[in-house]
Amino acid sequence: MVDAALPLHDASEPVDSPASRALRRLVYRKGAMFGLAVILLFVVVAVFAPQIATYDPTAQSWTAVRKPPSLQHLFGTDDVGRDILARIMFGARSSLLAGVISIAIALAVGVPLGLAAGYVGGFLDAVISRLTDAMLAIPFLILAIALAAFLGPSLSNAMIAIGVSTTPAFVRLTRGQVMAVKVEDYVEAARAVGNPPWRVVLVHILPNILPALMVQASLSIAAAIIAEAALSFLGLGQQPPAPSWGSMLNAAQRFLAGAPWMAVWPGLAIFLTVLSFNLLGDGLRDALDPRER
Amino acid sequence: MLAFLSKRLLQLVPTLFFVSVIIFTLQQLLPGDPALVMAGEERDPEVIEQIRKQYRLDQPIPIQYVYWVKGVLSGDLGESMRIKVKVRDLVAEKLPVTIQLACMAIVIALSIGITAGVIAAVFKDSVWDYAANVFALWGRSTPTFWLGIMLIFLFSVELGWLPASGYVRPSEDFWGSIASTIMPAFVLGNVGAAVLMRHTRGAMLDALQSDYVRTARAKGLLERVVVLKHAMRNALTPVITLGALELGELLSGAVLTEQIFSIPGFGKLIVDSVFNRDYAVVQGVVLVTATVYILLNLIADIAYVLVNPRLRG
Repeated sequence: MVDAALPLHDASEPVDSPASRALRRLVYRKGAMFGLAVILLFVVVAVFAPQIATYDPTAQSWTAVRKPPSLQHLFGTDDVGRDILARIMFGARSSLLAGVISIAIALAVGVPLGLAAGYVGGFLDAVISRLTDAMLAIPFLILAIALAAFLGPSLSNAMIAIGVSTTPAFVRLTRGQVMAVKVEDYVEAARAVGNPPWRVVLVHILPNILPALMVQASLSIAAAIIAEAALSFLGLGQQPPAPSWGSMLNAAQRFLAGAPWMAVWPGLAIFLTVLSFNLLGDGLRDALDPRER
Repeated sequence: MLAFLSKRLLQLVPTLFFVSVIIFTLQQLLPGDPALVMAGEERDPEVIEQIRKQYRLDQPIPIQYVYWVKGVLSGDLGESMRIKVKVRDLVAEKLPVTIQLACMAIVIALSIGITAGVIAAVFKDSVWDYAANVFALWGRSTPTFWLGIMLIFLFSVELGWLPASGYVRPSEDFWGSIASTIMPAFVLGNVGAAVLMRHTRGAMLDALQSDYVRTARAKGLLERVVVLKHAMRNALTPVITLGALELGELLSGAVLTEQIFSIPGFGKLIVDSVFNRDYAVVQGVVLVTATVYILLNLIADIAYVLVNPRLRG
């Protein structure tokens, strides 16, 4: 006799959660994995820069001014004889730090405001939304430059300036997502059983809008890294002699004819990092988008 | 249409109010006594006292704001501390240069972006589609200032074809003016081209799968006619309005591009005034930028309704 019963779902088997399904889809995206690998590489380089770098990034050498790439200096040297490879490695610190911290600021300020505006609505929503509109009316980089100029030039002020300038994008995204989610049955149910508003928002709404925020955060880090490089390029970010990719490009501009390698490496470093965050963000969006299923 | 217009214009009031508050607040961020910071190198107590009077720094902040807004509304954006020129006159002098640059950039962005987007959509999943997507990713990830420096290295230093920096007015020498702005315009248009390409591709893919395109094909029309006349005309309406918004983004990009190519436009004015700690100019310029951006948004919205009969209601 053959057992005619259909094989039932084995309760001991772990249930496939949406997060693990998304992760599996992400792993199969070559672009996203390439981006992740490059980001990890830069993180390792940034963290272990003092151990990996064979030169002091600020040590000047008047006998090695503007030397082209060689075995001694793989990326060449700059206008005061500093090793460019060492400066790229240490520069990764300020770029990655600026990318992550400024977006952390934008998330920390933007998400609560967006949650409040979207969930509470009414007058609070009107005020927050108009303020967001006003900030979005000032082009991102111009707002960041103006803020950095008034705060004073330094890496931490550049991070604040970029973070504040990115905040309205997160307010708008969070608000829109909350508006879409709060009419769902499970939110109504959570409210109906008497959960206080903060609990409904934090436990029932926030986890459901996290995917959208993650995608936006990843793409915003890319924009923030470009913005930090731009501010440093203009002299409003990391201050010399501390290395940053943007200020290295600024110096390189004056020696373009005699020492083009000074411009190639920092630009390539910015490009690769930004490309990687963009690839990861695109991959995350595709992997988390339910329509793709 | 009239109802839409009046509603849209009414929405501008709170937005502009908040923009003015944000820009005014910038001044409060200055560390220490703003009069001292504004005075810069100048340490003469009489001068500092004069600055304090001129900017009403001795009055409460809300009063300062009211006076500032009053000035702005009557067209007075303040005066440069450094060169003693009205901000309004500075803007009027620099803006045309940036507008020329932005117009050239938007032509480059539209022609590359739309062509690449249409080709990518028509030949979906082909080598062309792949190449266009790589181009879009490249455009999004390349810092404009790096691209500018690399182009100067190639076309000015190595090949000697184009001037590395400087600006010639079209009224003085038309072709010289084009030569002095073509590289910065390309750098500026590059990012916009990438954005427009992605949107065009998306809109074209939707259009090509629509019923009216199927009908056009079923009628036996040439594929060329179907693509260029039926699909493209419909797909491009949202893209064109997006182009207007891109124009606003170009103002942002112009800051770096003008700096690299030493073009005396609006963007360079911002950077120069930041370096000179000429805060009144920074405020005035940011205010003008925001106003231009808001107006472009308004024009884009109106254009969108005009070309979309269904929205006219």
